[in-house]
Amino acid sequence: MAEQRVITAEGLQQLIAILAGEGRRVIAPTVRDDVIIYDDIESIDDLPLGVTDVQGPGSYRLVDAPEAEYFGFVVGPHAWKKFLHAPQIELWRAQREGGGVNIHAADIYAERAAFIGVRACELAAIAIQDRVLTGGQHVDAHYKMRRDHALLIAVNCSKAGGSCFCASMETGPAATGGFDLALTELKTAQDHLFLVDVGSSAGQALMDQISSRAATAQEHNAAQAQVEHTTESMGRSMPAGVNTPQLMADNLLHPRWQEVATRCLSCANCTMVCPTCFCTTVDDVSDLAGERYARERRWDSCFTMDFSYLHGGGVRNSVASRYRQWMTHKLSTWVEQFGSSGCVGCGRCITWCPVGIDITEEVRAIAGVEAV
Amino acid sequence: MTGRHKRPRLAVWKFASCDGCQLSLLDCEDEILALAEAVDIAYFPEATRSEISGHYDISLVEGSITTAHDAVRIQEVRRRSTKLIVIGACATSGGIQALRNFSDVKEYTRIVYARPDYIETLATSTPISDHVRVDFELRGCPINKHQLVEVLGAFLVGRRPATPAHSVCVECKLKGNACVMVAHDAPCLGPVTHAGCGALCPSYNRGCYGCFGPKETPNAPALSAKLSELGMDQRALARLYSTFNANADAFRQESERHDQDGQG
Ligand code: SF4
Ligand code: SF4
Ligand code: SF4
Ligand code: SF4
Repeated sequence: MAEQRVITAEGLQQLIAILAGEGRRVIAPTVRDDVIIYDDIESIDDLPLGVTDVQGPGSYRLVDAPEAEYFGFVVGPHAWKKFLHAPQIELWRAQREGGGVNIHAADIYAERAAFIGVRACELAAIAIQDRVLTGGQHVDAHYKMRRDHALLIAVNCSKAGGSCFCASMETGPAATGGFDLALTELKTAQDHLFLVDVGSSAGQALMDQISSRAATAQEHNAAQAQVEHTTESMGRSMPAGVNTPQLMADNLLHPRWQEVATRCLSCANCTMVCPTCFCTTVDDVSDLAGERYARERRWDSCFTMDFSYLHGGGVRNSVASRYRQWMTHKLSTWVEQFGSSGCVGCGRCITWCPVGIDITEEVRAIAGVEAV
Repeated sequence: MTGRHKRPRLAVWKFASCDGCQLSLLDCEDEILALAEAVDIAYFPEATRSEISGHYDISLVEGSITTAHDAVRIQEVRRRSTKLIVIGACATSGGIQALRNFSDVKEYTRIVYARPDYIETLATSTPISDHVRVDFELRGCPINKHQLVEVLGAFLVGRRPATPAHSVCVECKLKGNACVMVAHDAPCLGPVTHAGCGALCPSYNRGCYGCFGPKETPNAPALSAKLSELGMDQRALARLYSTFNANADAFRQESERHDQDGQG
């Protein structure tokens, strides 16, 4: 890896100004209604300085942080897929014109964007969605356009959240690739610095415009120690030594599916917040005159009945079968389909499940019973 | 309008209700002209039997059945309608007035009216589908006007209306809301409630009140367990499920499960 550079908070502000000056939408974590979400920012002052999140199954709280860091928290309810794989878009519209029907495909358009504060698990999730949505024969042109026009400025996590388990999924907490720049925030009593790793020529071009200096060996070690500390303080883990894909495949009739169905609301929150879930459905809409039609696409979830609707009805009628579809897809069939796990260990599905169902606990329950 | 077809006849019928859903129709400012061009509207607010004549391609029915007279009138409306679409919580579940189903209606009339002997009413308030076959149910208290336009547009061209039966949570997430129950401990019925409002209340940092009634495959007991953790007692839980859709199966069963003193 190339030499690490060091910038100050002013340097970060410079970076934001340069990105905005290039005509980019600058999107970063910011506080809204006591939750850290991803939205447009204008300056460094819009970042969540000095606050941190306390997360657990079905629970999220924002509190004052012990250190006044800009990135001293973990991932929240939003994932970058909100911008790359938009929740709702129009695919095409049709209109009756002069005795015929004219069909107009929606513009494939993307604003140039820069995402600041992308975590390691999120880089992994974006790589997975790249594979799913652009890797095969059928490329999602909307996703690709947005992805091609987005710069990724990563941040190495300085703490782990109560729902995080990226270390056991080997996706974090250190950003190892797939970014344009990666920052490590180092806050001490004397200094507030960001170590910068450059990951692309676009990232290098940005760094060339910002005043920076080379990192000292001490700073380099401090950044490494911080990431190691984060690794050791993960709130959760996938059980070690379990072949999860095989475990799922071998336990399709395990009683735990029925048990989890008594707790699961089939509300779909877990799939909506998951940064890798990609499923969509389409609605055809028409106006009252029957003159104009449009086909709209929106996020869907394997927890809805319509998702498995075939002629005459849904196939996955029981909640047990829908929960099983979600978990076996994430952890097992995804591997067959796309060559990796569908879970990056971000913990969102645990925190944002209203009743706190924990995918790591469900794996343990199934693995545990099997071991007996 | 091209005048390709004879305009379908549309009738609007009112049963026991507050008129709020019909108002949604008038509230469709942007679409009302298009609607008037697309259909021939016959409007029957509280029509008596003698006023009913002719046949209607589409009937919109608002309100629940609360009197013997209305129980007969709805049969007549059904006979005269090719498609019968019921709109709103009253018509789809019995409405707030279905609270009478849980009590003694005679006692209510004694408290409310000076001359209860003038009041002729059934002991229950029931949805239209308890009386006649319905072709489509549009949920909500009140209904969402965009969904009403969608349903009419769909029936006019013969396609399936896009009014998904999944949870309000899905709409909440499509809008990018952070969950108020997870982030603020606000009791929310969204996970058991039928979508359609566009997650109106959670978008204003309040929990969902369940205006659109139970979603497909609702799991109210699991939600109630969470709500008890948030501090709701049995009485509060019984009340939470006993509002505009109190008589809808999943909500009725859940309120009865928590209703220890019989008062809801
Ligand atoms: S888990 Fe469900 S919603 Fe997510 S990608 Fe798989 S099938 Fe789609
Ligand atoms: S399954 Fe859960 S922990 Fe895994 S990537 Fe999705 S939201 Fe994150
Ligand atoms: S696991 Fe949780 S978030 Fe997912 S559908 Fe079930 S209750 Fe909803
Ligand atoms: S706020 Fe309510 S509707 Fe929205 S996700 Fe949470 S539980 Fe569901």
